[in-house]
Amino acid sequence: MSTETLQELTRRPYAAGFVTQVESDTFPPGLDEDVIRRLSAKKGEPEFLLDWRLKAFRHWKTMREPTWQAVTYAPIDYQAISYYSAPKQKPVKASLDEVDPEILRTYEKLGIPLHEQKLLQNVAVDAVFDSVSVATTFKDKLAKAGVIFCSFSEAVREHPELVKKYLGTVVPYSDNYFAALNSAVFSDGSFVYIPKGVRCPMELSTYFRINAAETGQFERTLIVAEEGSYVSYLEGCTAPQRDTNQLHAAVVELVALDNATIKYSTVQNWYPGDAEGRGGIYNFVTKRGIAHRAAKISWTQVETGSAITWKYPSVILKGDDSVGEFYSVALTNHMQQADTGTKMVHIGKNSRSTIVSKGISAGRGQNTYRGLVKVLKSAENARNYTQCDSLLLGDKCGAHTVPYIEVKNASAQVEHEASTSKIGEDQLFYCRQRGISQEDAVSMIVNGFCRQVFKELPMEFAVEAQKLLGVSLEGSVG
Amino acid sequence: MALLTVRNLHARVAGKDILKGIDLEVAPGEVHAIMGPNGSGKSTLASVLAGRDGYEVTQGEVLFDGKPLLELSPEARAAAGVFLAFQYPVEIPGVGNIHFLRTALNAQRRAKGLEELDAMDFLQLAKEKSKLVQLDAAFMNRSVNEGFSGGEKKRNEIFQMAVLEPRLAILDETDSGLDIDALRTVAGGVNALRSPERGMVLITHYQRLLDYIVPDKVHVIAAGRIVRSGGRELALELEEKGYGWLGLDGGKKATAEARR
Ligand SMILES: Nc1ncnc2c1ncn2[C@@H]1O[C@H](COP(=O)(O)OP(=O)(O)OP(=O)(O)O)[C@@H](O)[C@H]1O
Ligand SMILES: [Mg+2]
Repeated sequence: MSTETLQELTRRPYAAGFVTQVESDTFPPGLDEDVIRRLSAKKGEPEFLLDWRLKAFRHWKTMREPTWQAVTYAPIDYQAISYYSAPKQKPVKASLDEVDPEILRTYEKLGIPLHEQKLLQNVAVDAVFDSVSVATTFKDKLAKAGVIFCSFSEAVREHPELVKKYLGTVVPYSDNYFAALNSAVFSDGSFVYIPKGVRCPMELSTYFRINAAETGQFERTLIVAEEGSYVSYLEGCTAPQRDTNQLHAAVVELVALDNATIKYSTVQNWYPGDAEGRGGIYNFVTKRGIAHRAAKISWTQVETGSAITWKYPSVILKGDDSVGEFYSVALTNHMQQADTGTKMVHIGKNSRSTIVSKGISAGRGQNTYRGLVKVLKSAENARNYTQCDSLLLGDKCGAHTVPYIEVKNASAQVEHEASTSKIGEDQLFYCRQRGISQEDAVSMIVNGFCRQVFKELPMEFAVEAQKLLGVSLEGSVG
Repeated sequence: MALLTVRNLHARVAGKDILKGIDLEVAPGEVHAIMGPNGSGKSTLASVLAGRDGYEVTQGEVLFDGKPLLELSPEARAAAGVFLAFQYPVEIPGVGNIHFLRTALNAQRRAKGLEELDAMDFLQLAKEKSKLVQLDAAFMNRSVNEGFSGGEKKRNEIFQMAVLEPRLAILDETDSGLDIDALRTVAGGVNALRSPERGMVLITHYQRLLDYIVPDKVHVIAAGRIVRSGGRELALELEEKGYGWLGLDGGKKATAEARR
């Protein structure tokens, strides 16, 4: 195909790249135990949490940054990062009217209105600006159902017993380098608790926004779904356009108790850096869920942003008959690098997992799928189906597939399919001959390629995801 | 005025001269059949007219409605009314047939300054047109050509043509790979679309098609040139006597003929 349109299509400016002028309270760069103590004090945290942070920090100092992933980047100077930045305002907001209007405007600019009356029906939003949750909508309605949806800091204050019970049970602070760092310095994030047998009455959604320069964002999300409950959670992220790299090291823990379902969707659009690879977010994220008996955890992600993506949303299929799913679209363009995939660890009998990964590489982007399917001895009749498809746009980009399969139980069935294709000149000409412009044709073909994943997303997110891929609406996705 | 005028068209692909001086004139309402040995340049002519990348026109000109065609992009030609039913229709996984066609129709309508059709109106239109080629409703919701049989793909092409209502339809071997019933159906669809405003160019190897769709003119291409033109009887004669009758015994002689 002619590469011009592709270049045009892939050269679109980053629309979320503006900076908001707000006064913030920012720690000077640097990290030591004292910084952690100050951070914890600032948030008025209980003793157990400070202890946990310090343990994590001490452990982190003994660890080395991982090097096995297929990405390259200049070394990160952890002492040059500020570990706390919060917009200056009253810490507890009785209502949205008390939120800094500049921040509200920021979210509106991003297409995320926080005023409840204007909100899309049935989506409650928690907005995290730099490190701090600034607003959570629909709290009352959720409270009636017994659902807790609040910032992590608020959960620490209001529901310390729940936090204490579950924090670090899925991703221990010692899990990996970035998880340890996050455990030591996380500043906020979202907390969700769905009581037994409750179907959460609306979609829950968190929008993360990094605004301040030279800061890292380390948020922590914890979702607990009690027996037989259901929740669908959406996560979106953007950051201003800056020519220095910023670190984002988040941790997400999901606990799905017996017969519970957690559906976790992400549209990740952190600033990817410019065409030459200057700037952009380093996204090192640990996401993992544990599925108890007949529970289901489903990860759906659309990753279009970040200079570097290092992310493997995983499911520990602990209970018998538990289900794990991973649906992923990862797009790398310009100089972006993504090393992403999943881990499905089968422990329970009849546990089942499905992996559908769609990698799109354009420009000089590099895209690696890295996945582990592990079937333990106990996992009688475990089943996995993995499908990894790569689509190349142009000839300077790359796609790589690295599947690891470990099976310790002979009754298991593990199936793996992989394909790599180039966007076909024939396909493009066919579309154009019918009157569709080349740009729309590329979008349409890419969309078609991602359809299996998009149909897992809640409607509004599917639309957003398509737009993100530079795409005109494909009506049949839903 | 002629709908399509091709004058002394020379074209090259992959450094090789394929078309070596094609002259062709199609008036509105006319159906022309183009026949000729394998590799003689029939699909190349269709590709050049539709504007496929990689085909370099080295001489000659093409007028559509009296205006130069070759300078337009493929999508602009489509909007102007040029339709190509592909010899090998392409599969587009994950893109619904109906969505594809609505996008195409609305792109063409936009280009013409017409209002776009909404989903309901379009569905209505599609339903109506699909009857023409007896394409089952189930095909509408499947991905474009994905998993379609050879015959189904060809029917889908005619279905698309029926929806897009082009001024000039070029059908590249739409009859190949069709069973007798399907051939009749497709021919019926094409005949239904014949109109005083519309021109058609049928590329085919088989006179049989021309029993169903009776052409106004028949041309024989060999080695990149039209070496014989005539009425319907030319096809019958060809069928009876083979290309050898024209001194075209496959490619080599064809080249010799063309050079003379
Ligand atoms: N992209 C290409 N690269 C190289 N050669 C090509 C290309 N396209 C066409 N050709 C050559 O041009 C010549 C004419 O091909 P064309 O497809 O036009 O033939 P045709 O008359 O349609 O044949 P058939 O009856 O088999 O469909 C052939 O020799 C073919 O190999
Ligand atoms: Mg041909």
